[in-house]
Amino acid sequence: MTKPLLIAENISKYYDGRVACEKVNFELWPGEVLAIVGESGSGKTTLLKCLSMQIAPNAGRALYSLRDGRTESLSDLSEAERRFLMRTDWGFVHQDPREGLRMGVSAGANVGERLMAVGERHYGRIRSTALDWLNRVEIAGDRIDESPRNYSGGMRQRLQIARNLVTAPRLVFMDEPTGGLDVSVQARLLDLLRGLVRTLGLSVVIVTHDLAVARLLSTRILVMQQGKVIETGLTDQVLEDPQAPYTQLLVSSVLQV
Amino acid sequence: MTTGYNFAYLNEQTKRMIRRALLKAVAIPGYQVPFASREMPMPYGWGTGGVQVTASILTPQDTLKVIDQGADDTTNAVSIRKFFVRTAGVATTEETEKASIIQTRHRVPEAALREDQILVYQVPIPEPLRFLEPRETETRKMHALEEYGIMHVKLYEDIARHGHIATAYAYPAKVNGRYVFDPSPIPKFDNPKLDDCAALQLFGAGREKRIYAVPPYTKVRSLDFEDHPFSVQKWEEPCALCGSTTTYLDEIILDDKGKRMFVCSDTDHCRKSQEKAA
Amino acid sequence: MRTILKIRNLAKQFRLHLQGGVRIPVFDDLHLELAEGEALAVTGPSGKGKSSLLKIIYGTYKAGQGEILVRHDDSWVDLARAEPRQVLEARRRTIGYVTQFLRVIPRVPTLDIVSEPLLERGIAPELARERAALLLERLNIPERLWSLSPMTFSGGEQQRVNIARGFAAHYPILLLDEPTASLDQENKARVLKMIDEARDQGSAIIGIFHDASDRRAVCTREFDLSRAA
Repeated sequence: MTKPLLIAENISKYYDGRVACEKVNFELWPGEVLAIVGESGSGKTTLLKCLSMQIAPNAGRALYSLRDGRTESLSDLSEAERRFLMRTDWGFVHQDPREGLRMGVSAGANVGERLMAVGERHYGRIRSTALDWLNRVEIAGDRIDESPRNYSGGMRQRLQIARNLVTAPRLVFMDEPTGGLDVSVQARLLDLLRGLVRTLGLSVVIVTHDLAVARLLSTRILVMQQGKVIETGLTDQVLEDPQAPYTQLLVSSVLQV
Repeated sequence: MTTGYNFAYLNEQTKRMIRRALLKAVAIPGYQVPFASREMPMPYGWGTGGVQVTASILTPQDTLKVIDQGADDTTNAVSIRKFFVRTAGVATTEETEKASIIQTRHRVPEAALREDQILVYQVPIPEPLRFLEPRETETRKMHALEEYGIMHVKLYEDIARHGHIATAYAYPAKVNGRYVFDPSPIPKFDNPKLDDCAALQLFGAGREKRIYAVPPYTKVRSLDFEDHPFSVQKWEEPCALCGSTTTYLDEIILDDKGKRMFVCSDTDHCRKSQEKAA
Repeated sequence: MRTILKIRNLAKQFRLHLQGGVRIPVFDDLHLELAEGEALAVTGPSGKGKSSLLKIIYGTYKAGQGEILVRHDDSWVDLARAEPRQVLEARRRTIGYVTQFLRVIPRVPTLDIVSEPLLERGIAPELARERAALLLERLNIPERLWSLSPMTFSGGEQQRVNIARGFAAHYPILLLDEPTASLDQENKARVLKMIDEARDQGSAIIGIFHDASDRRAVCTREFDLSRAA
């Protein structure tokens, strides 16, 4: 494909006149992993919510290249189209897996739900697809009928990823996906995500305050400060040769071990 | 008939409001129409929704039958029947064939219904999506956009846990190929009777303030999986009283030693079968 | 042999905002051309920007001024101005880079690290792993280590894993930052031979070699930064 998957055009969001994010522009091409970094309050989560249509921006728009080849402004889509997009062509990985999972039903049903939502009506196929996905996110198949309540934090997060990827989405939004996890569990998850992103050719917009996560997962970085994008570029370039004063501060503040 | 009340207890304005809701419900089969449910002289859970629907459609010429769990002589059925005798003075019957309006809780009569009959269901929880989605705003949107995937999540859970679809009552179905609805807590045994039924079927939920309907001869299809198709309950033995093998049976415990028997839950139908055999 | 890299008027300085905005100049008006099959040794005293030059060509450092023209798919791309995805595309198929230190990803087995560049080109996993195994074998990494993360390996082992990764796929331009620095004589000889082979296959090489004898062994030309800029 030779055109961007997602285009942000001058996206701005204000809360009571206060800037949450302002005039954000970028293009996300197929297969790219874009990390939005910045400290808390920099507007990165607001931007993610605007892009994924959880909130409406006050100005600007996001354009998306649909599977049928049309590129449409997301705000012009009908609600039915938007919701269909969200459960088929998009994924959203929340920091807290409880927000992205149905805690009251089994792991298998959590993975199978999107399949049933797009019309799969064969129990055997749903179950074998769910098993396959549990396997891909390194969850033992014999735990398919357990509630995610019995799962550890790392397993829940991997289950949330499987639940999102089962319909082969092209774009996945991630909000601090490793945020709530122990460091040892983080490494495993990051490695898993890297592998999935490459083998599935996913495009990802990931919000993180952790530059190590950005380095491991992303191909490009967008640095935000006080609602504005102050620097963008290749991940290694932004981290090794940061240009803006704030980026230099951010990079130099990372603890070395 | 007790004087001092309007015919069938409710005032005419209220009946009109409910009839408007009923017309809308008939026009959009399976769609839950909100209505201004009134306080009734009986507690919620005793069929206030069904009573309000019945009161709104009742005429002095009607013959009313009320059943609870298939029987005409249970407390709930008796008290509702008495209520309408006192407030409307209508004729009542225990015979399905003779009734023009049948109000029911938990069963559909075994005898096939006719075009000149109306079946009124008492509904505790009208929203089939409530199991997985607690937000009313969200369930309404899901109905509007026909997002019914999560209904199958419930059925999936059944099979994963029990090896088959264990949901035995309030079994969700799709009406007229559009709205998924809860046929009230009838056994799934009765679901096929709703399909293409000659009688008008009205559903009233008093506490939840919802009315919905299945018009005569409307397609009602129970949800299922291709490899786990919908099926109804079966019993190993016939009805101990009438010998029927085609009806819904209740298990009756006879003594402390675990002695039991299976008998028809539809008492009128069972009696008729016994009379015919005799 | 065709020219494959043209650097014109390259200037670079670092500006350290956290230290009062002090400017550290690296190059000013640097020119460089490289043809297929050439091996260029970048020389000069330390602190003259040898590693910086490699990083600028690779895009890890941002060029200040000038052009970095690279022949990519038979057309010239100016990496100093290219979009990130164009730079990534050039890195995937045109420019390889063996850094001085291996940046390890926790938990990823050595064999996977080495085969990754091949997988990114769409080569089948089995084939990629076969080729990776061959390289690791050649660089004396014992097979029992292949399934482990190189995180706990010795410096020399890590460097050899890094070289195996850098040589896994064929690149028309190969940047080598002290590839032989922490290697013993035997392994050094193997790496130098691999560099020669790459050159024989037409790769253009730009390398930093601490050791003058290594430099003489593989390089066709020297580029002295203290005189160039």
